[in-house]
Amino acid sequence: MNKLNIVQSKATVIFKDNIDTDILIPKNYLKSTKRTGFADALFAPWRYDEAGDPIPEFPLNQPENQNHKILIAGENFGCGSSREHAAWALQDFGIEVVIAGSYSPIFYMNYLNNLKLPLKLGRMEREALIEEDSMITVNLTEQTVTAGTLKFDFEIESVYREKLLKGQDGIEEILEYLDLIEKHEREYAK
Amino acid sequence: MQKTLFDKIWDQHVIVSKDDKDLLYIDLHLIHEVTSPQAFEGLRLKNRKLRRPDRTFATMDHNTPTVLEHRDFIEDPLSAEQLKSLADNCAEFGVTLFDMESEYNGIVHMIGPELGLSLPGKTIVCGDSHTATHGALGAIAFGIGTSEVEDVFATQCMWQTKPKNMGVKITGVLPDNVFAKDIILKLIAENGVSFGTGYAIEYYGDTIENLSVEERLSLCNMSIEGGAKFGLVKPDQKTLDYIADRKYTPKGEEFENFKESIKDLVTDDESLFDKIIKLDVTDLKPQVSYGTNPAMTVDIDQPFPEIKSVEDQTAYDYMDLKPGMKAEEIPIEFVFIGSCTNGRINDLRIAAEVMRDKKIAENISCVVVPGSMQVLQKAKEEGLLEIFEQAGCETRMPGCSYCLAMNEDRVTAGSHCASTSNRNFEGRQGERSRTHLMSPYLAAKTAIEGRISLE
Repeated sequence: MNKLNIVQSKATVIFKDNIDTDILIPKNYLKSTKRTGFADALFAPWRYDEAGDPIPEFPLNQPENQNHKILIAGENFGCGSSREHAAWALQDFGIEVVIAGSYSPIFYMNYLNNLKLPLKLGRMEREALIEEDSMITVNLTEQTVTAGTLKFDFEIESVYREKLLKGQDGIEEILEYLDLIEKHEREYAK
Repeated sequence: MQKTLFDKIWDQHVIVSKDDKDLLYIDLHLIHEVTSPQAFEGLRLKNRKLRRPDRTFATMDHNTPTVLEHRDFIEDPLSAEQLKSLADNCAEFGVTLFDMESEYNGIVHMIGPELGLSLPGKTIVCGDSHTATHGALGAIAFGIGTSEVEDVFATQCMWQTKPKNMGVKITGVLPDNVFAKDIILKLIAENGVSFGTGYAIEYYGDTIENLSVEERLSLCNMSIEGGAKFGLVKPDQKTLDYIADRKYTPKGEEFENFKESIKDLVTDDESLFDKIIKLDVTDLKPQVSYGTNPAMTVDIDQPFPEIKSVEDQTAYDYMDLKPGMKAEEIPIEFVFIGSCTNGRINDLRIAAEVMRDKKIAENISCVVVPGSMQVLQKAKEEGLLEIFEQAGCETRMPGCSYCLAMNEDRVTAGSHCASTSNRNFEGRQGERSRTHLMSPYLAAKTAIEGRISLE
């Protein structure tokens, strides 16, 4: 799996609160049995018109926003359905870091489990980054976001920081404790 | 040491702690066709086994047609493939599956409790955000993503950061025709769609003690709509009566031992909660959502609020409504009664009582979708289906149906739907659909009156 440490890119801005996973990827795209192939589905309800054509004003469709690895959003990002397809769609589109005020707990874990960074920054900091509109550098080791003369620190749980830096396979990390799992099963869960 | 109900169950299931996360043992893993295929594929790619097939149970619900004749041949090839893939995976890995032919088929959050799989004191996960439903029985139950589904398949465990504890204290006697659905909608309307983020919510207080287990299931079901991954209620005599004699509930002496093992499942002191929110329901009115998230909800007779943000404006534009309007002015064309929130037998009894010997209004189409085959069977025996049909409703086979419109059930673009489901997001019930969340009582009233009205 790919580790994540330094991500450098300009940001696409969709500065709305409560962006739910039905907007990130609607149900008609959830029928795949694969983990990839969701790039075109990202933000579909806001990105395409009724005929299925791209809406030129929508940020993801603007020529200057292509190949961005960072998305800046509002509060409570990824609320609603638990569908990990939302994380896969962001990943397929090339978004490696979301910078939002807060996250739905299920989306937060889903994005981390794909070794992508759900970064939390306050509203003023995000507004400053949007205003600055230049190349952003996210450094996970140092826990900093820099752009032009701006520099902000961010918080992340140490275990998840370590997971991204090492590119850990979750299952192998659990199986290190197999003897304890077996002991629990003998005692409580036969 | 004094602990909360949540912490007691959590601590009993911690295998090991590492920095700020705990490795949690999972007693019950429920799966369905949408969020499991990639996890099964992950096992195959790494040549891993499913550790505890005996603790894993599957159902088909999101894609299943609710029109009986459509269940033999599913037109959408992708839906058909997803369902077949679940059947194949369950056969390959030895998982019990309640498929469309099974008398126990139904929405995943219906079948756990009704089969006695979901029990007090257990840890329960499912790749679905409404898993907190099962917390109503006094369990830790939460929605997970597909990577986590794979973790649980392979190890029966998962890493989790322990949330903080929030007490939501509900007091007062519920007025007539006001239900658990109104309580949770009011809580979200007052506190916002993310008040529970980072918390496990325990609902308590005299109102909760007086709620039936089915009503508690509806309440906990929508915890995620308030941002909380977990919602639970302490188990009591009602819980024990509810779980007794179900298919998988321990029997005889084992049941007595089980009862003994859960008798300490109670929060020792209110002061243990990190935060407490209170709601007195004495004067609570039926709730109706007017916007595009569940916090955009008002009392039935209250005018819709002023526009305070871009989000409000977008919501009003999408719903084609204006501030100052009232619920009775919404041009409802469709009524949906069902879902994991309100597709239980008690919900159907309440709706049927409203419709008995009446006809639905001419401007309304109404579809009733029981949450499970067990509910369907009971509704048939009690004559409820007959009441709905005589009133002019369509009754269907169980499934998620119009709640998320992933199968063929869609609300027509632009139509307003009075719905007993849990989400009023843009496009949730079909492209450009407009959802108004409410209780089964008010949805049935709306079907009869032709508008959202108690008269």
